[in-house]
Amino acid sequence: MSTAITAPAPVMPAKHYLNDNYGIRSWLLTKDHKRIAILYLFSISFFFLLGGSFAALIRMHLLTPNGELFSADTYNKLFTMHGVNMVFFFLLPSVPATIGNFLVPIMVGTKDLAFPKINLLSWYLYMAGGICSLIAMISGGVDTGWTFYAPFSSGYSKTHVIMMAVGIIIAGFSSIFTGLNFIVTVHRMRAPGMTWGRLPLFVWSNYAASLIMILGTPVIAITLILLALERGFHIGIFDPKLGGDPVLFQHMFWFYSHPAVYIMILPGMGVISEIVPCFSRKRIFGYTFVAFSSIAIAVFGFVVWAHHMFVAGISVYSALVFSLLSYAVAIPSAVKVFNWTATMYKGSIEMTTPMLYAMAFIGLFTIGGLTGLFLAALGLDIHIHDTYFVIAHFHYVMVGGMVTAYLGGLHFWWPKMTGRMYPEAPAKLAAIITFIGFNLTFFPQFILGYMGMPRRYALYPPEFQVLNVLSTAGASILSVGFLLPLFYFVWSLKYGEIAGDNPWKATGLEWETTSPPPTHNFHQIPVVTKDPYAYGEEGEVPVVH
Amino acid sequence: MSDHTHSHPTPGLYLVIFLALVIGTCATWAIAFVDLGIWNPVVALTIAVIKATLVILFFMHIYYSSKLTKLTISAGVFWLMIMITMSLTDYLTRTFLPH
Amino acid sequence: MSTSQTTTSEHHPALAHQFDSMEQQQDASTFGMWVFLLTEIMMFGGLFTAYLIYRIKYYPAFVAGSTSISVSWGFANTLVLIGSSFTMAMAVWAAQTGRKKSQIWFLIGTMILGSVFLGIKAKEYYDKWDECHIPGHIIGKGFNTWGGCSATNKSLGNIAQEIVERGENNHEEIPLGAATQTAQQTEIFFSFYFAMTGLHAFHMIIGLGLLSWLLLRASRGEFSGQYFTPMELGGLYWHFVDIVWIFLFPLLYLISRHKGGI
Repeated sequence: MSTAITAPAPVMPAKHYLNDNYGIRSWLLTKDHKRIAILYLFSISFFFLLGGSFAALIRMHLLTPNGELFSADTYNKLFTMHGVNMVFFFLLPSVPATIGNFLVPIMVGTKDLAFPKINLLSWYLYMAGGICSLIAMISGGVDTGWTFYAPFSSGYSKTHVIMMAVGIIIAGFSSIFTGLNFIVTVHRMRAPGMTWGRLPLFVWSNYAASLIMILGTPVIAITLILLALERGFHIGIFDPKLGGDPVLFQHMFWFYSHPAVYIMILPGMGVISEIVPCFSRKRIFGYTFVAFSSIAIAVFGFVVWAHHMFVAGISVYSALVFSLLSYAVAIPSAVKVFNWTATMYKGSIEMTTPMLYAMAFIGLFTIGGLTGLFLAALGLDIHIHDTYFVIAHFHYVMVGGMVTAYLGGLHFWWPKMTGRMYPEAPAKLAAIITFIGFNLTFFPQFILGYMGMPRRYALYPPEFQVLNVLSTAGASILSVGFLLPLFYFVWSLKYGEIAGDNPWKATGLEWETTSPPPTHNFHQIPVVTKDPYAYGEEGEVPVVH
Repeated sequence: MSDHTHSHPTPGLYLVIFLALVIGTCATWAIAFVDLGIWNPVVALTIAVIKATLVILFFMHIYYSSKLTKLTISAGVFWLMIMITMSLTDYLTRTFLPH
Repeated sequence: MSTSQTTTSEHHPALAHQFDSMEQQQDASTFGMWVFLLTEIMMFGGLFTAYLIYRIKYYPAFVAGSTSISVSWGFANTLVLIGSSFTMAMAVWAAQTGRKKSQIWFLIGTMILGSVFLGIKAKEYYDKWDECHIPGHIIGKGFNTWGGCSATNKSLGNIAQEIVERGENNHEEIPLGAATQTAQQTEIFFSFYFAMTGLHAFHMIIGLGLLSWLLLRASRGEFSGQYFTPMELGGLYWHFVDIVWIFLFPLLYLISRHKGGI
């Protein structure tokens, strides 16, 4: 006779945020941060697929060195639309606006964000910006590159630059309002007992990213406004023929766009900091270091922007300073990698899908980050600037890092958001396919770049073809890996196993409420007495899958 | 029982600050017509900073606000300084020649 | 339910559901407004940075441009805006101390002064159009058909001509080629003049809209010592716009004035 005590089968709560109210108005006029997160989830998935389609077209075109698929002008539009969609409409809002919006209030132990109506406004602004971007796309696209360098963008490009700029400005305000909400919520709405030192690291990361959103985004707004003014009224701010300075555009653009990459990666790192302790059944190593490293990245990230401009004609002395600071900004990221690894050391590793993504993140982000140091070295940068080396570097950190973390987070918190488990076998398969496809796509690009293949060129010398073909083959595998979750996540909504409150036996306030949570998050506001990440204590039963 | 826990300035104080601001403005305007060479913009901006500080401290109640609010405004000024000074490190050192 | 005496703030009609008390709501809202003002500092800051770089690069042209705008109107406008900040601070004080009539009058006073500011600004902008100092070849050409500046590209040529004439008045020889280059650089000054004062005026207009809304709520008696948060936030916004102008005035109007005219 079995003496094991079986836990009661998990049940869906009768009333939760998804069924609390029906009808399209209850969604489009919602003030519930969880519903807004789901709205964002739909929107950014659309832009991810759109940006991905452009990527597919680029990789198909690059199968042959003679550029037989598209004209050079069209190719310029393809990589621009890929970049703009991915950076501004997918990567920047991905974790903060979906997982962050959903979890930050719950993790700090409160009923909603500080300003729910502004949160909804933020989604509408995002949609408005997205629509402007779509209009620009449908009217023929933009061909300036996502970096909009002047004076091409302000005086010579014949595409719809202003419409696209307006879309990005509006989406920027969406980002600002999200960041504003997070900052005020974390400062002023923590539950009783929730001190800063007890906050989950996911909150610390989103808080740090929010600081960057607040301080950086307004600068790109004014930069794009000036660009639009110059383009519309032919005033000379960036156009040298009118007395302007094109390098000034680059300074102003990168003042935001460099910290922007930290807006993208910090929340992803926050996700990893939640997944790794849970599936190592061990406390995070060096909580304080990881928390403060997020703030350090946010601060240091603001003083390195000109490393994108080393060959643009800036002063050598200034370049030296920016190069040195770029080395410094790598240090807090390395601290995180060491701490995650130390957390896994001698832990009881459970190879669930989120953990597979987290481990992939640690490896791929490290490669991406280290290659960033290659680029930060002045002498090396002269050789590899504007080559595929740069492209490989940022795809390793953004896709191998950020998208991987985003997928890991989606899998980890899917049960909490929907009340259902995704199917583990297809999920693991998708993770492995993604990993293989990703590396096959982008590793050859490091070699291509080092060998001298320039970026943003529609043609290339024939000796580069083999590596390009490998890269495209990898991209086709990667796309399968990215599409699979779409299918099984939707499948799980109806047929997935019911998750229960805490299927992962994880710590954190979000796991102490129902899955899905009630509209007001908690039936009773919790009082926090424990430190976070109290894993491996008091005879916990590890999760078996 | 009054609900607001922080004190606030009196109309008298507001009037004093207002007059200080008016005097500062007149001073800025008058000094602009005196040739101080390189110091003209320095003096004008110094007076502007003092005026802005008065507005922030008293009209905007920072003097009576929490540490967090004070930190917030300082952070803003600091970040603005980062943007200005680090951009200038490029422009001002372009024509430096090694000896 | 608790039977102890609770303050009425817990059931105040303006308490939003996500907050536990009016005090938390006031704290969070004020802090939120400050965070928003941070974004405004960085937005104007970007413009100020670009302005600073060009001022260093094209100093003589910036002097010429600054001299051609009216320091008297700029000075008057500065006083008007400071006055409006005073009335706004008084309006918030009146709301906080429950003085309904004073709130309304101070708000109206602020709005009147704000409108005076915008009126003077409009006059200044008109003067610039009249003197063909509007930057940009598109606008210059467009305005030609309305009369006033009648030669194509006269905006550029006009300033160049003025520079040559001023040189003659000061007994200096300024060749037309150098004058044209200076004129192009002066156009950049005017680009910044219009961009910075334009963005500022845009914020003023939004501010007037906010004040109207506050006036409506104040006249309905919504504000008191327990709840005056919207007034406080409106005040913060208005003072911020004032501070931007406090810097714009010396930066735009007072470049090397001691050499130029009024």
